[in-house]
Amino acid sequence: MSAPNELTSAQRDDLRIVAAMIVPASDEYKVPGADDPAIQADMLATLGRDTALVREALDHLARLSGKPLADLDPVRRDAVAQEFRASGGAAAATLVRVMLQCYYRDDRVLRSLGLELRAPFPQGYTLEQGDWSLLDPVKAKPPNLRRAT
Amino acid sequence: MNDPVDVLIIGAGASGAAVAWSLADTKMHILCLDQGGWMNSSEYPSTGRDWEAKFYGDWSTSPNIRGRPEDYPINDDNSPIKVVNFNGVGGSTVMYTAHWPRLHPSDFKVKTLDGVADDWPIDYDALTPFFEENDRMMGVSGLSGDPRSPLTRPPMPPQPLGLSGPLIGKAMNKLGWHWWPSDTTVATMDYEGRARCINLGHCTPACAQGAKASTDITYWPHAIRAGVELKTHCRVREILTNEHGMASGVVYYDKDGVEQFQPAEVVIIACNGVGTPRLLLNSVSGRFPNGLANSSGLVGKNLMFHPYAQIYGFVKEPTDSNRAPPTCLWSKEFYDTDLSRGFVRGYGIQFGRGAGPVFEAVASEQKGILPWGADHHRVFRKLNGHRLGVSAICEDLPEEHNRVTLDPVLKDSHGIPAPKIDYTISENSRKMMAHGLARGKEILEAAGATDLCINDPIPWGGWHLLGTARMGTDPARSVVNEWGRSHDVKNLFIVDGSVFVTSGGVNPTSTIQAIALYVADQMKQRLANLFD
Repeated sequence: MSAPNELTSAQRDDLRIVAAMIVPASDEYKVPGADDPAIQADMLATLGRDTALVREALDHLARLSGKPLADLDPVRRDAVAQEFRASGGAAAATLVRVMLQCYYRDDRVLRSLGLELRAPFPQGYTLEQGDWSLLDPVKAKPPNLRRAT
Repeated sequence: MNDPVDVLIIGAGASGAAVAWSLADTKMHILCLDQGGWMNSSEYPSTGRDWEAKFYGDWSTSPNIRGRPEDYPINDDNSPIKVVNFNGVGGSTVMYTAHWPRLHPSDFKVKTLDGVADDWPIDYDALTPFFEENDRMMGVSGLSGDPRSPLTRPPMPPQPLGLSGPLIGKAMNKLGWHWWPSDTTVATMDYEGRARCINLGHCTPACAQGAKASTDITYWPHAIRAGVELKTHCRVREILTNEHGMASGVVYYDKDGVEQFQPAEVVIIACNGVGTPRLLLNSVSGRFPNGLANSSGLVGKNLMFHPYAQIYGFVKEPTDSNRAPPTCLWSKEFYDTDLSRGFVRGYGIQFGRGAGPVFEAVASEQKGILPWGADHHRVFRKLNGHRLGVSAICEDLPEEHNRVTLDPVLKDSHGIPAPKIDYTISENSRKMMAHGLARGKEILEAAGATDLCINDPIPWGGWHLLGTARMGTDPARSVVNEWGRSHDVKNLFIVDGSVFVTSGGVNPTSTIQAIALYVADQMKQRLANLFD
């Protein structure tokens, strides 16, 4: 049993498996997969208003797979995932979005991307002026505003 | 019953704030009711690490997704473009891109120049002093001298070009097409109590720095100091009329949900192109069985959105991503009618600097260019921080079948019938959008972009809500006269985007506020015989 705003154990297992299929860990980029326990915990803790659609997506995934994703062989699991992506509609899109919004705020991931681990405010960012001489050819053209009469 | 007031304004957003401030010098008793409350900038998204995620929930641009207590639902199932707005003190100026073009002089003479739609009953020159006054009050940054736009005199210098601007500028120069730094309401220096922009990047869902002008921090402090009273969390249900057919006041629900009647000598509606017709259509009586001020039958009709045709791509060079205001440049190259293009009228172009990592991941996954699996990381690094965007803001011509009505079932939290949108994109607009996408492709390719994606239209792009209580001299063909007064109800005024006769091809807020100031000025000049 699960509370209305929670996922069942089976759903959490499937979520973890499909998350790793979408964003696997990478030694090359030194990043965890989206099945990382901290990222999964972030997802579960912040599902909020998206819970119903994520549950709907996982129900759809369960119907496609017929059994826990972990029990499928890799080829069949990939086929199910592709079918899920193609046919899952708004529910699947919500699941993927929830996963990505948690993944791309994880400190390890942001560090790998060269991004700072902070909110934009209050420090903000510096924006360079850029080359204003690029505007010279536009300034050189005669005014061309359509008359109203 | 509440004590009567001289002037009651409904809505504290872009136009309500401007008209309140302007009328304050009359020393009349002015009261504004708004269904929302004051904003707290410490709660704005950019103050938290989850700033991007909030855009998909509590800070969504869609009231239907956001669902704050201040919001009312909108049935826009029968529209390819969904309504986006914000409700609260400041209205949708809290949640907008701050892009600040004006309608062009030619936009007021569409019938005369191009034989379509209708001319406005006023012209650009009538609004000029109010555009300039509004630019000072809102605090505009930009570069004077654009050869293809009306002359403006922004009090602050333009935003820096950053990394993205030169990439766009070079591409436009290669094509020989017009571009110019946008006028924006982003403060580029400290300005009248507002701190300068520090490039939080996430401007649209509210600016924690206060650098982006919203009327809660521009007009309202001045108006309140001048004596205007503003009551928050007060949702107006209907406008009542007396035996003389004049507005007598409004029925509203206060912050405790208690029904109240507020009598007033003058009522001004400032709820924009969906909220205003909704209120008028909900104000039914024996004298006004089809809704208030609706003898023309045009209340709610002629809804114009500006379909946005967007194309974006990815360049090898780094772009500004989320580390700058999202908009910085515009182009008017295709603004005016050229019938050889296969459509009448035209569009402005608004360039986008980039996006943050979560937005990039979600959007690119949905477009199918960001794969699942082992290649995800390589591709994401190619996309993230490399986006450039081009959006054609297409002039939407008025069509009566595009309309706001009352939904027979859907209601807000106070049980007030909600608005229903019926809208289709016209054949002319479709051709214009296709042209904009084709030119956008040329621009992006000239910039060296690949992996091009389109949004045709941007589905959640119904920012501009125009035309549903149009202005005109003929009571049979318009809802308000040439100075904003209802033809039917002599003490009822409308000052928001619903009075637009045509839409132009630019973001409308600057023009909406200029009209609000113009109407206020007209009222002040006619105080002795306002109801004649």
